[in-house]
Amino acid sequence: MNILDPQGPIAAAEKTILIDSVAIMLAIVVPTIVAIFAFAYWFRASNSRALHLPDWEYSGRIELVVWSIPTLTIILLGGVAWIGAHQLDPAKPIEGSSKPLTIQAVSLDWKWLFIYPDQKVATINTLTVPAGVPLQFQLTSASVMNAFFIPQLGSLIYTMYGMTTRLNLQADTPGTLQGLSGHFSGDGFSDMHFDVHVVPTEQFSKWAQDASQVEKSLDERSYEQIAKPSMKNTPAIYRLADPDLFRSIATQKIAPAPGAPSGVIGAALPGVADAR
Amino acid sequence: MLGKLTWAAIPFDQPIPMIASGVVALSILAVLAWVVIKGHLPYLWREWITSVDHKRIGVMYTLLAMVMLLRGFADAIMMRAQQSVALHSQGFLPPEHYDQIFSAHGTIMIFFVAMPFMIGLMNFVVPLQLGVRDVAFPTLNSVGFWLTATGALLINISLVVGEFARTGWLPYPPLSELTYSPGVGVDYYLWSLQIAGVGTLVSGINLVTTVLKVRTRGMSYLRMPMFCWTTLATNLLIVAAFPILTATLAMLLLDRYLGFHFFTNEAGGNMMMFMNLIWTWGHPEVYILVLPAFGIFSEVFATFSGKPLFGYRSMVAATMAICILSFMVWLHHFFTMGAGADVNAIFGIATTIIAVPTGVKVFNWLFTMYGGKVRFETPLLWSIGFMVTFIIGGMTGVLLAVPPADFVLHNSLFLVAHFHNVIIGGVLFGAFAGYTFWFPKAFGFKLHEGLGQAAFWCWLVGFYVAFMPLYVLGLLGMTRRMQHYDVPEWRPWLIVAAFGAALILCGIVLQIAQLVVSIRRREKLRDETGDPWDGRSLEWATASPPPAFNFAVLPEVSGEDAYWKLKHPATGQGRSHEKPEYGAIEIPRNSPTGFVCAFFATMMGFALIWHIWWMVAAGAIGAFATFIVFAWRDHDEDVIPAAEVARIDGSNRAQRHAIFGKEAAE
Repeated sequence: MNILDPQGPIAAAEKTILIDSVAIMLAIVVPTIVAIFAFAYWFRASNSRALHLPDWEYSGRIELVVWSIPTLTIILLGGVAWIGAHQLDPAKPIEGSSKPLTIQAVSLDWKWLFIYPDQKVATINTLTVPAGVPLQFQLTSASVMNAFFIPQLGSLIYTMYGMTTRLNLQADTPGTLQGLSGHFSGDGFSDMHFDVHVVPTEQFSKWAQDASQVEKSLDERSYEQIAKPSMKNTPAIYRLADPDLFRSIATQKIAPAPGAPSGVIGAALPGVADAR
Repeated sequence: MLGKLTWAAIPFDQPIPMIASGVVALSILAVLAWVVIKGHLPYLWREWITSVDHKRIGVMYTLLAMVMLLRGFADAIMMRAQQSVALHSQGFLPPEHYDQIFSAHGTIMIFFVAMPFMIGLMNFVVPLQLGVRDVAFPTLNSVGFWLTATGALLINISLVVGEFARTGWLPYPPLSELTYSPGVGVDYYLWSLQIAGVGTLVSGINLVTTVLKVRTRGMSYLRMPMFCWTTLATNLLIVAAFPILTATLAMLLLDRYLGFHFFTNEAGGNMMMFMNLIWTWGHPEVYILVLPAFGIFSEVFATFSGKPLFGYRSMVAATMAICILSFMVWLHHFFTMGAGADVNAIFGIATTIIAVPTGVKVFNWLFTMYGGKVRFETPLLWSIGFMVTFIIGGMTGVLLAVPPADFVLHNSLFLVAHFHNVIIGGVLFGAFAGYTFWFPKAFGFKLHEGLGQAAFWCWLVGFYVAFMPLYVLGLLGMTRRMQHYDVPEWRPWLIVAAFGAALILCGIVLQIAQLVVSIRRREKLRDETGDPWDGRSLEWATASPPPAFNFAVLPEVSGEDAYWKLKHPATGQGRSHEKPEYGAIEIPRNSPTGFVCAFFATMMGFALIWHIWWMVAAGAIGAFATFIVFAWRDHDEDVIPAAEVARIDGSNRAQRHAIFGKEAAE
C-alpha cells in the first residue's frame, strides 16, 4: 500500500511531485529550524559574549528578506501546483497505445460494486484489471459519500449519490494491489477494502470471458438485494444482465439505497430494530 | 410526555460509557458536596457564577477548556489503544462506539477545548492590555460563556443518555441525514453546536467592539500589543464565519426535523453544498484558533528576550493578511471531489499563499530573539517548541495544498498527522504558553517552574512519538477513521503512536500536579510585584490579581510597549511616585442572566434532541423571560467610592514601590 512504491504512471508522477515539493520546502525549513535553535542558544541570558541590542526592533533589509524568501518559495510551489493539477487531473485520460478499459464503480453500504460494461461483468469487493492498459473509472455512490482509493495506483476520488466522478489510472505490471475506502461512511466502513488483481492482457480477456458466463446475474432486482446494508462482504462475481445499471443508479432512476437500521441506541423509533 | 426518551436510551449493558459517566457523575457530586458542606456556595454564586468581570469569565472559560481537554484526551487514548490492537480483529470497541468516540474527540477538542481556551485568554488579557476596566458588553460576555458551557454539557450528557454522532466531527450528509443516521447522535451534535455557537458569536461581537471602541487614552491601533491585534483578527473572523456555521447546521436541522431537502439524496438535495458551506466556516475556524496563539507567542518572545517584538508593523500586516486570505481557500478540503484542474489549482495556490505571512511571522519571532537576553522559562519553552513543530506542520500543510500530492494523501493518516501537528503544536502549545504566562496575573502566584518544564518535555516528545508515525502510516496508505484493519505493516507504527499518547498523558498528569503543587505552595510562589516576568504591556502595570476595576487610574499610553516605557525612565516619564487623584469607579453589576439563560438553553436543547415539545416551549419561554427581566433592570452598575479605590490601590502601590525601590537600590 506504500504510496512511495508506485505501480502505475499516475502514482509515480504524484510521488515525484510529493518529493519535489518537500525538497523545495526543506530548503527553507531546515535552515529556519537550525536558526531557531542557534539564536535561542546563543542569545541565552547567561551568555555575556552575545551581542545585546535591547531596543532593536526594525530593519528594512531584514523585512525585505523575510517577506521575499517565503514569497519566492511559494511562487515556485505555486507553479508545481498549477502544472501538477492540470497534468494529473483525475478526469484527464491517460495517453496510451491500447484501448482504455471502462470500469464503473458504485460505493454501497458497505461494499464496492464494480461494473465492466463492455465485458458484461460485475464484481463485489474485487477488481481485476489488465496491466499496461489505461483504466477509465466512472464512479458514483448508491447511498452516502465515499471515496475510491488504490494507493499504489494514485489519486483518491469521491463517490457521491446522483453524481458521476471520473478517474483515470493505469497499472504497469502484474501483481496484487490493495484498494480501500477513503471517506468514512458508517459502521461497516473499515471492511470496504478490495484486492486489485493486475494481470497480463490475455489473461484479463480470459477472466472476463469466464466471468461473463457465471450463473449469478446482476440486474435491477438483484441489485436491490445487494444495495441493502451489509458488512464484511466476500468478493463475488456476477454476469451483468443490465448494461445500463450504472447509469440508472447515477441518474437517480433507481432510488438511493436504504440506510442501516442503526444509530438507534435507545431511540424509540417505530419499526427500526437496534442493530446490536 | 418524554418524546423519544425511554429507559432504553441509557446503555446499561455498555461498561465503558457507564463506568466513565459514573466516575464523572461521582466527581461532580463530590465537588458539589464539598462546595456545599464547606459553605462555598454563596461565594461561588456571588463571585463567579453571576460575575460579569471579564477576568473571572476568562478564568472560567479556561477552566472549562482544561476539563474538556481531559474528556477529549480520554477519547484519544481509547482510539490509539483500539487501533494498536485491532489488526484482524474487532479490538475492544465495536464500530458503533468507535465511530462515536472519534466524532466526539474532534468536536470536543475544537469547540470545547481550543475555542474556550483561546476565548478565555483573550477575555482575561485584552482589556488589561488595552488599559481599560472591562469589555464592551460585560453581561453579554457572561451569557456567551454560559451558553458555551451548555454546549459542553449537552455533549457530555450524550455519553450516558442516548448516543453521540457517528459521522465524524463534521457531519457530512447524506450520512448525517435521517435516512442514514436515524438516532439522536447527530441531533446532540447539532444542538450542542448551535447553542455554543451563539455563545461564541456574542463573545466575538463583544471582543471586536472592545478592541475597536474601548481603549485607554493614547492606545492607538498601532500601539496595541500584538495579542490585541490577533484578538481583533480572530474575532472579526468569528463574526464573519460563525453565522455560516449556524446557517449550515440550521439547514441540516431543517432536513432532519422538518423533512426539508437541502442536503438529502432525494428531491434535489445536494451534499456538495454542505461541504462548501461547512468549509467556508471551517477554514477560517483554523485561523480563529491559531491567530490568538500567534499573539501569545509574540508577547512571550518579546518578554522573555527582553526586547520589543521585531517588525511590529509587518506582524500586524501579516495578521490581517491571514485574516482575509483564510476566507479564500476552503476548497482545498475537497480537491478529490473532481472539481477540475483550474479550480483545484487556483485554490491550491491561494492556500500556499497563506504560508507567506505565516513564514514572515516565524522569521520575525526569530529576529525578536536576536540580540536579546533569552530566559528559558516555561512560556518560552512552549514557544520554541511551537516554532519548530509548527514549521513542520506548516510544511506538510503546504504539501497537502499541492493538488496532486493531496490526491494520494487526502483523508489519510498523513492528513490527521498534519492537522494535529498545527493544532497541538500551534494552538495548544500557545494556550499552554499563555496559561503559564498569565497565571500569576490571574491568581497572584506563579506556577511551579520545574513541573511546568517536565510537563512541556513530556508533551513535546509525546507529540512527536504520537504523530510522526501517523505521517508514515499515511504514506503507507492508511486512511482515517478505521475501526480495524488487515494490514500487518501498519501495526508497529500504531503501537508507537499509542506509546506517544501515553507520554502525552504523563504531560497532562504533570500539569495537574503542577496546578495542585502551585496552589499548595502559593505563599512561596507569590508575586507581589504584579510584574513577575519583567513584562512590557499594560496588564503588568496593575496588581496581581488585578482589582475588580483593573486600574485605579486609567493609564495613558505614549507608544508601543506601554508598560516598558513607564518602567524605564530613560525612555518614558518614569514611574510616578506621587499619589494619583482617585475618583469613584462604576463597575457593571453582577447578573445571573447568563447562568439562568444557559439553564433554559440546556433544557431546550435537551428537549429538542429528544422531541419533548412541551419542554422546548418551557425552555424557550424561560430564556426569553430572562432576557426581558434583564432588559428591564433599573440598577445596572455598582459604584466603588473614591476612598475605597484609594485604599485598595494604596496598599498595592506601597507593596510594589517597596519591591521596586529595593531593586533600584541594589
